[in-house]
Amino acid sequence: MIDIKDLHKSFGEAEVLKGIDLNVEKGEVVVIIGPSGSGKSTLLRCMNYLEVPTGGQVLVDGMDLQSADINKIRSEIGMVFQRFNLFPHMTVLDNIVLAPMKVRSITRSEAEKEAMDLLTRVGLANKAQSYPTQLSGGQQQRVAIARALAMKPKVMLFDEPTSALDPEMVGEVLDVMRSLAKDGMTMVVVTHEMGFAREVGTRLLFVDDGKIIEQGIPKDVFEAPQEDRTKLFLSKVL
Amino acid sequence: MSFDFNLVINSFPLLLAGALVTIKITLISVAMGIVIGMFVGIARVVHIKPIKWLAAIYVDFIRGTPLLVQIFIIYFALPLVIGIHMDPFLAAITACSINSGAYVAEIFRAGIQAVDEGQMEAGRSLGLTWPQTMRYIIIPQAFKSVIPPLGNEFIALLKDSSLVSVIGFEELTRRGQLIIARTYGSLEIWLSVAFIYLIMTVTISRLVAYLERRFDVKK
Ligand SMILES: Nc1ncnc2c1ncn2[C@@H]1O[C@H](COP(=O)(O)OP(=O)(O)OP(=O)(O)O)[C@@H](O)[C@H]1O
Ligand SMILES: [Mg+2]
Repeated sequence: MIDIKDLHKSFGEAEVLKGIDLNVEKGEVVVIIGPSGSGKSTLLRCMNYLEVPTGGQVLVDGMDLQSADINKIRSEIGMVFQRFNLFPHMTVLDNIVLAPMKVRSITRSEAEKEAMDLLTRVGLANKAQSYPTQLSGGQQQRVAIARALAMKPKVMLFDEPTSALDPEMVGEVLDVMRSLAKDGMTMVVVTHEMGFAREVGTRLLFVDDGKIIEQGIPKDVFEAPQEDRTKLFLSKVL
Repeated sequence: MSFDFNLVINSFPLLLAGALVTIKITLISVAMGIVIGMFVGIARVVHIKPIKWLAAIYVDFIRGTPLLVQIFIIYFALPLVIGIHMDPFLAAITACSINSGAYVAEIFRAGIQAVDEGQMEAGRSLGLTWPQTMRYIIIPQAFKSVIPPLGNEFIALLKDSSLVSVIGFEELTRRGQLIIARTYGSLEIWLSVAFIYLIMTVTISRLVAYLERRFDVKK
């Protein structure tokens, strides 16, 4: 589904990604962990070309993002941000229906019907007419997930979706993500939630200094890390 | 030195007519300026270098030279090049519109850049194109922060439009000069002119404050 070959990314002089090879298969939940500044977000953002790589290739469904119709491909990749990035001047419902109407070219009534189904799924059907600022952080993030799902994506990217939340709201967002995974959604998740990584992840990636240091089934990596850097990192966060 | 109230009262209708002309030229120029400024402001944030540069050159040239000189260029110098002589009204409107466009462009650029970067990323990640994201997400949010500076620009142009009196265009200031040439009532007339400008600018700034509050209610 996502095929990354020898990916490099530099910002000016600083090389942030130093040769990443990664293959994400349909139905996988790949969890990425690693220290701050190691390049996790950059890696994720290269998967939909929010960052354009300085070397290597990213293929989605076999299409090279370098030459593909990037808007079309992005519409099939959902992305959820740490800071939600809801559109503050629109109601929750309008946040969700905008892209389906403009990109998938469906009618407003169709889009609203789908949006209401999604809002029901994330438990916020009663908030359709609210503005984002009237919602709690957890609710905003659930709307953001619904907004991404409205494009019927083949894969969902999450960049620390619970890091900006008060602790008591983390659970409700993880619950939504858990149910997505259960329904077979392909997901790539950057997170510090080790419990979630272990329970929901089908594969765990430890990234440090722009490279994938170690990967495997989450349980194995947590219980018996092979690399010293992984051991050191896990000893700090677990 | 005595103050002739009768002169003030007698001149008032003439001055008010001049004030209407001032309002007219300001309204037209700001409207044109907003249209120009919106395009140029967006041009300043696109990722196409030549477009960006052209927009920057325009803005720098206009903001880096006096309006008075711009008026002279359009009224006196341009006819020598293109051979068409504009009447004072058209020249005044043209100069003020082009001038206002540059200032409004900067207002729009700042408004656009004040919108959180995450908004553009969220739009693009949904598959919306750059123009779509600008239109539906960035510009509506930029509008809010643009209202107060646009009000200031309106007020600035209303005052600066007095400069077109130098090409003989009869707006408020020029009317004042003409009346003084006839009556020698410098004190009465210039105070009256100033008073009328003041009424207009204070009214506009109140209006802008009101608009700002109305826009705020939703958020
Ligand atoms: N747009 C940018 N311009 C310059 N440097 C950048 C840019 N984006 C990221 N970087 C740098 O690249 C490095 C990796 O950043 P990245 O955000 O990918 O790290 P991360 O692993 O997601 O960290 P965190 O856990 O703090 O989110 C950092 O040193 C950061 O300062
Ligand atoms: Mg990050």
